[in-house]
Amino acid sequence: MAITGLMGFGFVIMHMLGNLQIYLGQNVEGIYALDQYAKNLRAFGPMLYVARFGLLTIVLLHIVAAFQLTKISHQGRPVKYYKTVATGSDYASRTMRVSGPIVLLFIIYHLLDFTFGNVNPNFHEGQVYANVLASFSNPLISLFYIVAMLSLGLHMYHGLWSLFQSLGANNTKYNDLIRKFALLATLVVVIGNISIPISVLIGVIKK
Amino acid sequence: MMNLVLYVWRQKNAQSQGQMVRYDAKNVSPDMSFLEMLDVINEELISKGQDPIAFDHDCREGICGSCGLMINGQAHGPKKATTTCQLHMRSFKDGDSIYIEPWRAKAFPVIKDLVVDRSSFDRIIQAGGYVSVSTGNAPDANSTPVPKTNADKAMDAASCIGCGACVASCPNSSAMLFTSAKIGHLGLLPQGQPERKERVLNMVTTMDKEGFGSCTNHRECEAACPKEITVDFIARMNRDYLWASLTYQKPSARGGGE
Repeated sequence: MAITGLMGFGFVIMHMLGNLQIYLGQNVEGIYALDQYAKNLRAFGPMLYVARFGLLTIVLLHIVAAFQLTKISHQGRPVKYYKTVATGSDYASRTMRVSGPIVLLFIIYHLLDFTFGNVNPNFHEGQVYANVLASFSNPLISLFYIVAMLSLGLHMYHGLWSLFQSLGANNTKYNDLIRKFALLATLVVVIGNISIPISVLIGVIKK
Repeated sequence: MMNLVLYVWRQKNAQSQGQMVRYDAKNVSPDMSFLEMLDVINEELISKGQDPIAFDHDCREGICGSCGLMINGQAHGPKKATTTCQLHMRSFKDGDSIYIEPWRAKAFPVIKDLVVDRSSFDRIIQAGGYVSVSTGNAPDANSTPVPKTNADKAMDAASCIGCGACVASCPNSSAMLFTSAKIGHLGLLPQGQPERKERVLNMVTTMDKEGFGSCTNHRECEAACPKEITVDFIARMNRDYLWASLTYQKPSARGGGE
């Protein structure tokens, strides 16, 4: 869980850095920086498919681990309490089994939207900038992306702290720092990614 | 004086189905301990010829780890760093309803009413919660140096009384805090080093076998622990476990052996 989560975190950061190139606009030849970035990625050729297969494996392993943990935990308490009050846990930790599936649904939709183009209102392969604009101009799709990113944020906030704990990579000296790192990284990813649909809706990013 | 409504889990024995039963607790003094309040209820039940509510208790001063009730959804009740016996009725208000349930976990089966069988903890200890030292004269004081910080941390871990509140409060019924406290306590001291790897491997294996849930780092255990043992010990155990899994070798002798 922790190791695949850490890999997923690495991907999310890189993906966001890629996304943010939408703000770079066009270069002198009139090519959008985002489209150029996508083209550069494609230049990796077969390596791109190795990476995609790797990511798919990480996601699947993460899901398998989640099912295993959930199963063990459900078996751990056959008779439930009448009343429970949460004192130590936070909202993020208690909703991991909700935020996770939302993120999964999002990943599927996201692939259909921008990789395969099936659900994109006006999909043209390679024209990433235009495809993003086409999707996010629809407020409902934007809203779904925003909700998905907030879920990812909750998932990351607990996961990023939790993975240090699970891997035993902690020290009383750095515990506060790890919490702050989890919060900061979460805010960066959530704000960075959510800014894109919002920018499209308010017209900061346009044709 | 207060009047309270209690909803108490009553279960005849391990085999029977239990249920919540309502009791009216009248004229409860705020100076009573929670267990004394139950004693009074039981006196009444006995005088009426009914079966008194069974609950575990022994020292009644927070050091034995026998008592443990889920009170209004919180292990050992609403007060921080207290056991059920140290909880006083002044923590409640006149007219309050109080739900009293036993610890709930597959590894803690109910024996009767509010009494659970915690021998799964004993089996975790038997799997490695000890150091094998030869007996004989006591060694000279300070002949084995222990850094102050380690001594303090080991003492923090050793303050675990094995009450099971960590398991009871954990949304996953995990016993990681208990097990990690025992492993951390010995692993921080020089005397614990020779068996450090075997200890963590065996204790964790036993913990899993007993049917406790998995840890997902909610930190409910830390909040419920009457001895305020922190989840840092869980991380420490995870680290030890990872290292031991990678490096532990079964004892073997070549050459000079028999």
